[in-house]
Amino acid sequence: MEIIHLVGIGIIASILYITLRELGTTFGFLIILIASVIIFLAVIKQIGTIFQLIHHLGQKASIEGMYIGTILKIIGIAYITEIGADLTRDAGLHGVATKIELAGKIFILIIAIPIITTVIESILNFLPIT
Amino acid sequence: MILDATILFQIAGIGIIVAIIHTILKQMGKEEIAQFATLVGFIIVLAIVIHGLSDLFQEIKSIFLFQG
Repeated sequence: MEIIHLVGIGIIASILYITLRELGTTFGFLIILIASVIIFLAVIKQIGTIFQLIHHLGQKASIEGMYIGTILKIIGIAYITEIGADLTRDAGLHGVATKIELAGKIFILIIAIPIITTVIESILNFLPIT
Repeated sequence: MILDATILFQIAGIGIIVAIIHTILKQMGKEEIAQFATLVGFIIVLAIVIHGLSDLFQEIKSIFLFQG
């Protein structure tokens, strides 16, 4: 049971964090950081399996590879942004966390530009404009 | 690859030891050496943490970004 393992790691991390905070050192933040890294590393293998499934389904439905690749990239950017923003927010820097989220949104939009242009062009093809 | 709680205990142990060293050196009246010890402990832990973080980023890159 992987989930019991991960929840245990989270609880241990919070206990150690509280202990270190009492001592008044800056190591508590590093404990939080390494705990989130461990949990993400454990989860990311399963995410890879799910992505293989999505790829397989896309090939069966003969969807163009570009679209699925773009979607997976967007999900990856969202994950990385989430990690960074959460860690910064835990450290108490709400402003920086908001900026990181803004950067993530902008990069997602930039990656989605080819899809958006394709959609708009196909819509324009439907319209009877000279 | 780290998938253990060992590294958590390692970091917490280093943190507690460094805090004790800091307190003892402060009591002995050697403020500068105490600050220096804290800095060195922080750098050691930071090396461990950055190693794990780079592992995570490599994994995310290989799964999400460079596929297809």
